[in-house]
Amino acid sequence: MKITKSVLESLLKLLLLPYLSAYFSFSSDSLCLTNLYAETVTINGAGASFPYPVYTKWFSEYQKEALNVKFNYQPIGSSGGVRQLFSQTVDFAASDVLVSDKEIASKNLGWNILQIPTVLGSVVVVYNLSGFNLKIDGNVLAQIFKGKISKWNDPQIASLNHELKLPNKEILVIHRSDGSGTTEIFTSYLSIVNQEWKRAPGSGKALSWPTGIGAKGNDGISTMIKQTPGSIGYVEYAFAINNNLPMVAIKNVSGKFIIPSINSMIKAASALKNISEINIQKMNADKMNLLNASGDETYPITSFTYLIIPIKKQDEKENQIKKFVKWALSIKGQNMTSSLNYAPLPAELSKKIIDGI
Amino acid sequence: MLLCQQNLAKKLLMVFKMKLTAKLEERLGISLMYIVVLSIIILIFVMFILLFKMSWPAITKFGFHFITSKEWNPVKEQFGAWPFLYGTIITSILSLMIALPFGVSSAIFITEIGPKKLRIFLGTSIDLIASIPSIIFGMWGLFYLVPFIRETLTPLLKNSIGFLPFFQGPSFGISLLAASLILSIMIIPIISSLCRELFLSVPVTYKEAALALGATPFEKIKLAVLAPSITGIVGAAGLALARALGETMAVVMVIGNSPHVSLSLLSPGATMASILANEYAEAGADLHLASLCYMATLLFIVTMLVNSISRFIIKYFKPKAFRGL
Amino acid sequence: MVKNVMLYRKLKNTYFWFMVIGFTLFTFIPLFLILKHTFTMGWNELSIDFIFNTPKPVGEYGGGMSHAIIGSLIIISLAVVVSIPAGIITGTFLSEFPKSKVSSILRTFIGILSGTPSIVIGIFAYVIMVVPLKSFSAWAGSLALSLVILPIVTRSTEEVLKLVPITIREAGLALGFTRIKIFYYLLIKGNRRALSTGVILAISRSMGETAPLLFTAFGNVYLSYKLSGPMATLPVQIFNYASSPHLEWQRQAWTGAMVLIMIIFSINVLSKLILSSSERRM
Repeated sequence: MKITKSVLESLLKLLLLPYLSAYFSFSSDSLCLTNLYAETVTINGAGASFPYPVYTKWFSEYQKEALNVKFNYQPIGSSGGVRQLFSQTVDFAASDVLVSDKEIASKNLGWNILQIPTVLGSVVVVYNLSGFNLKIDGNVLAQIFKGKISKWNDPQIASLNHELKLPNKEILVIHRSDGSGTTEIFTSYLSIVNQEWKRAPGSGKALSWPTGIGAKGNDGISTMIKQTPGSIGYVEYAFAINNNLPMVAIKNVSGKFIIPSINSMIKAASALKNISEINIQKMNADKMNLLNASGDETYPITSFTYLIIPIKKQDEKENQIKKFVKWALSIKGQNMTSSLNYAPLPAELSKKIIDGI
Repeated sequence: MLLCQQNLAKKLLMVFKMKLTAKLEERLGISLMYIVVLSIIILIFVMFILLFKMSWPAITKFGFHFITSKEWNPVKEQFGAWPFLYGTIITSILSLMIALPFGVSSAIFITEIGPKKLRIFLGTSIDLIASIPSIIFGMWGLFYLVPFIRETLTPLLKNSIGFLPFFQGPSFGISLLAASLILSIMIIPIISSLCRELFLSVPVTYKEAALALGATPFEKIKLAVLAPSITGIVGAAGLALARALGETMAVVMVIGNSPHVSLSLLSPGATMASILANEYAEAGADLHLASLCYMATLLFIVTMLVNSISRFIIKYFKPKAFRGL
Repeated sequence: MVKNVMLYRKLKNTYFWFMVIGFTLFTFIPLFLILKHTFTMGWNELSIDFIFNTPKPVGEYGGGMSHAIIGSLIIISLAVVVSIPAGIITGTFLSEFPKSKVSSILRTFIGILSGTPSIVIGIFAYVIMVVPLKSFSAWAGSLALSLVILPIVTRSTEEVLKLVPITIREAGLALGFTRIKIFYYLLIKGNRRALSTGVILAISRSMGETAPLLFTAFGNVYLSYKLSGPMATLPVQIFNYASSPHLEWQRQAWTGAMVLIMIIFSINVLSKLILSSSERRM
């Protein structure tokens, strides 16, 4: 009875500890003497989950240099991030696809946005068929995902892989069950290489898939592919590498079959034409499109990911974000990308953006 | 009222030179209750109105046709809710059918048959299932249940009752069956804990009377424990069903989000909650968002219907239950 | 004839026995499997670093989820302080005034709320708290969780109080209690253990919810006590890490899940201990 009461009391004190320590501020900021008098600015951002690891690394490294600025980024999804930006609940957004002028105009914001490419990534096709190094071209890929080609030893696949004896097994297509920028990039590529795909189902973050089962997230697809022999799906490059999933070598515009790699992504970006003509203030989706880029060593499903900054009042937060972007696009920032399975931007593009902000 | 509230009330009333009579205390207390209750009603009403407002573009475009339409195509902006309604109803009812025997049996075991000393331990263990976060269920489902269904359960089912239309077609693990199984595991603790409370509060005299008349233990439990509690069990089932209708994260990972209607439980499907979770964050177009909200509004209505049905069952069962005595 | 009937009854009895014990055993199997899976995947990363540090980027050693643990505790305490009393009052109202019009509307609405997917509750809290104030906040997260807790507590309170025999209330009236005193001292305080089952169930469930917090409390990389700004929570942090490609983050996600289960479990056990000891006192 007395014991219970004292137990209760000590429990309550334990629960109050967070509040008490808030009052006495045990955060590392206050213990650091150099910025005792400086105000800490917290900048919130939301957006795609694709660049989450590299942004986390960048923000952590950047904070070592700029002690008063804290960046908090949460991966809620490309459209989610853009919507939060437009509702002004976050200070910046990140998206795998550019926001169109039409969409900006329809929101009647009264202010404009800057869309800045930060890193390169690619969508790779993974499969579970032991012992085979598959080569597929875009057209056949579209037909597989449409359900038109349903067996692994179909003549269309076999004709691209002469040296392999493909099994007489059903192809199980695994696509995304949730909306995602990755899906949009992949289906945009399929729309480019196959006219029928463009008509139906088309491209988008979520679509009506003609065949296959849906798994949630890149991690869901990776898990299902690992578990299910004979399956095929698409994930971001980092997932394929980290889960040791075999990747399909896809035929690019020059006719070569390319296995995804950091190098092939860099080559795809270097095919970007007329960098000097790119208008930073008004990004054009066609000009920034890297899908099916020309070049011998380019991987055809490569794309930029963008940081979206509001330009409203030239206040403290905007300047801090711009400073960060200049740091991230500099050699220092871009050098941190490959170890996390991203490709850095072409130097010319980074320089143009840094000069232009 | 609480002692401290009473003191506070007395102090306040001294200002007005009034006495805290019993009548006043009762009036004040009950008014406080009404205030709480009315604000909750207003809050939920506001939620319904807001959701309705957000779904207005979809309602004007699709109307009632939304409920029967089978197509869900975000690219063409054609949305129909029927596959999701079907998936929601099937998974919820199936999960309840699976969970009821487990929940009620475990409650019977803990309160009547099992050793008294283990009562708290067993009860807490079952409640622990309820404490497991829904994403863990989803992740465990994807790692264990899905391969289990694909490799072990499907051959078992196909060999024994495979002729039924419910078990046709290929099975990849991600299916309506997986979602129903996970949901049933999640709602067992709700049924079990409520039933435990019900069975413990049955007067001992009922059980003694049954034994005095020569009942076997099974008959004693059937007559004296289950029969008087039947309305409570239906109430617990209603609460569990409501939980199953609205469960999001666990279902999302194992159901596949496939907007197709299929009688087979082994095929992937979708529920209204799962498609909301899957597509809400990335719904760019306004019509897409509005259609999702329209679906949420429909789910409200389905929940309301389910609640009314369960209340009707309770009213119907009440006279029957006492006939057993 | 009589012997046959007796045998039949005895057989039914044995059959029933086996069924009940069988079902009960099966009930524990998923619990055992899930806990085993979570603990084997999550045990390795559990360390002092994990409990007391904030996250580090991929490749750096020593990251943790202290900000999420504290954030979850803060948001849950805020939600509980409001929703538990409100839920018990509502449940009492429903069981004591069952015939009034307000009751039937309330019952319908609470039923609707209990069936609402948690993501819809999150969207609602987002629309009424985040958008007008233009900021994600722990307050919004607590609002969302309160709405998750409320229907569970209300329903279970109503069910428990319906079982209390009317003689108890009559005894209170005979002693001259006002109805309010009956509610508080006889009904609520008198059935503490039974009511707490529903309360603990509700708290356990809400601690594990992810969807309502995604668009309300949002999430934070840093440890923050600011209630009007984004705050990290365990379920959201686990979700973010589990969906990432990096194995060390995925391992940390499992460890976070393990810590979450341990916290919820301790709340369960502690409350049962406190209540059973205070009951012995009575």
